[in-house]
Amino acid sequence: MSAPASGASGHFASAFKDALLAGIVALVLAAPVMGFGTSVSGSDIVLEPRWWLVAAAGAVVFAGRLLLRLALGDGTASPIGVKWFRRAGGRPIGHGESGLAKVIAPLALLGALAFPFLPFTDRYILDLAILVVTYVMLGWGLNIVVGLAGLLDLGYVAFYAVGAYSFALLAQHFDIGFWFALPIAGLLAACWGIILGFPVLRLRGDYLAIVTLAFGEIIRVVLLNWYTFTNGPDGISGIPRPTFFGIPFDRGESGFAATFGFDYSSMHRIIYLYYVILALALVTNFVTLRLRRLPIGRAWEALREDEIACRSLGINTTNTKLTAFAMGAMFGGFAGSFFATRQGFISPESFTFIESALILAIVVLGGLGSQIGVVIASIVMIGGIELLRNLDFLKQVFGNDFDPTQYRMLIFGLLMVTIMIWRPRGLISTRNPSAFLHKRKKIGSESVSEGHG
Amino acid sequence: MEYFLQQLINGLTLGSIYGLIAIGYTMVYGIIGMINFAHGDIFMIGSFVALIVFVALISIGVTFIPLALLLVLLAAMFFTSAYGWAVERVAYRPLRTSFRLAPLITAIGMSIVLQNYVQVVQGARVKPLQPVITGGYTIMESNGFAVNLSNIQIIIIGLTFALMVIFSLLISRTSLGRAQRACEQDRKMAALVGINVDRTISLTFVMGAALAAVAGTMFLMLYGVIDFYIGFVAGVKAFTAAVLGGIGSLPGAMLGGLLIGLIEVFWSGYFTIEYKDVAAFSILAIVLIFLPSGILGRPEVEKV
Repeated sequence: MSAPASGASGHFASAFKDALLAGIVALVLAAPVMGFGTSVSGSDIVLEPRWWLVAAAGAVVFAGRLLLRLALGDGTASPIGVKWFRRAGGRPIGHGESGLAKVIAPLALLGALAFPFLPFTDRYILDLAILVVTYVMLGWGLNIVVGLAGLLDLGYVAFYAVGAYSFALLAQHFDIGFWFALPIAGLLAACWGIILGFPVLRLRGDYLAIVTLAFGEIIRVVLLNWYTFTNGPDGISGIPRPTFFGIPFDRGESGFAATFGFDYSSMHRIIYLYYVILALALVTNFVTLRLRRLPIGRAWEALREDEIACRSLGINTTNTKLTAFAMGAMFGGFAGSFFATRQGFISPESFTFIESALILAIVVLGGLGSQIGVVIASIVMIGGIELLRNLDFLKQVFGNDFDPTQYRMLIFGLLMVTIMIWRPRGLISTRNPSAFLHKRKKIGSESVSEGHG
Repeated sequence: MEYFLQQLINGLTLGSIYGLIAIGYTMVYGIIGMINFAHGDIFMIGSFVALIVFVALISIGVTFIPLALLLVLLAAMFFTSAYGWAVERVAYRPLRTSFRLAPLITAIGMSIVLQNYVQVVQGARVKPLQPVITGGYTIMESNGFAVNLSNIQIIIIGLTFALMVIFSLLISRTSLGRAQRACEQDRKMAALVGINVDRTISLTFVMGAALAAVAGTMFLMLYGVIDFYIGFVAGVKAFTAAVLGGIGSLPGAMLGGLLIGLIEVFWSGYFTIEYKDVAAFSILAIVLIFLPSGILGRPEVEKV
């Protein structure tokens, strides 16, 4: 950090005072919850004072706050070197660089296509890539509802669950393969989207948010308790793996490797799964981009910008909202089917509210309504969660009793807050308008409304 | 009849706890129009503080239960308020002028942070507490079924009622309440007439957190087990209650809380306990179809 130069003693003093205050607050916060460990002995609780932990918390917050204040200043004095950080926070990535964007998108696509064959790609990385692309697809699906139509949906995971259970149950009871079940699962999810859509048509803002959240919870609770139908908390196992036009990926005579004359490798199936989800995600993207140019897509965006104006221009807002829910739900259903066939096992555990929150966070962090933003946010968030699994090096610092995995979600939550405060409008802060007068020009995301629904 | 009466008492007790949490949601929503997703976890922090302070008091020899309870309540309110204040300061104030979804995401982030923070520093295991307040009254008894009103239930319902009265007076009579109502109507104008908006909003979070701390303490005393995850379920229920009653309305939050508590208890008592959440959420959806802004909420005026 660059030391503050001229006239900075006052600056330092105020930063110090501020940091001291923050440290004291941290001490207060830490005093009860961190200051005493609780352990259960028999039926009683025993307290173990841990005052060093409180002191450490206070010191860390004090130091952190002091550094932050010295680095970022309080708005009056900004030392050099961190000015960039502030500017980067406000600067739209790729603003006015549509030429560059035109190059980046195909390059990214090529990279994604070639990804399984890159030299550093092993099974672990490819599995992670499949996960990231799944979330990209979910993000794109939710983007239709939240980013385009401006309807806040906190229960998107319900459709993911409907898709997954549709395929699992169809496969279990009727022996239907992945490719036949996929459209049925999408259709069923779309129907559930409409079922959710009806009661919420008149609701706006946070009323809508809570009902969608409630809907997600209802689906999960039903899946959990309807034992005879869904097998309850035990979940459904033995879900068939996808086949390549009927050719399974196994060691047998009629397997994929034998048919095409390859040596058998378990990687074939993983690579195939990767391409399946990539194709599904690209279809989602393509359909979304096309729909935006159709009347229905324009109606969604009009609805987001101004519902009253939309109605007075004769747009049927009921149909508009329902199609948005149905489309978003359908892609969620597709992704769910894929999830089921990839895992081979599903249970209600996988469809909790935190998943909905994660998908929504991807959409918002990426930049509401931005397709490429969803990709970047998915890589950051899902890749980030995965990176945080590998915190074992911390063991060398804090000793072997230290279990770093439990800090994973804590750090993840802090990251989420930090990124949002740094870039409130999301990582990608420009939008391509769907309709334009003379020339397609990028606009700042602050001129795009977020919808009230 | 006896069974019904017993369920009614249980429902009112649970509903009071929900109502206390719901007030925090509704006050924050009223003043800055955001869903404070971390509020449920503030409630959870409150119950942890209460547990720790209570055990600490017993171990230093404060065994007179009413005194211990009072001290626990005060300590829980103080420390939990500090959490409420800090969450607002760290995660929401920088986004005050930002668009609506940004604070929602930081709120979800803070909720994850608080949950995992408590999991890390206190462990993931369930913490039991021996019943502190025992005894009660048998109101009526017939056919071998006794309707019991335990002391802890009396305390919860009484305390909730008292707090409701105090807070209503606080909002309607004091200058702080006036400032809050002014900020609720028009933040910019409130600032222009000399109200310290930031301070008012902070105090709103502090008040909400203090009520959540009371709810957390009562939850601990009533059920005797807590873990780091109780905040999520209670938070969602309380938020449902706030919306059901009409978000932004204080009596609405209390009414919604009582309704959700009663629905849950009666559904568990007469039908199946597994589907009590489904029942509560379904009734929320049905009520909102007919009353889109809740039971006591004012319909939003649309300006063109």
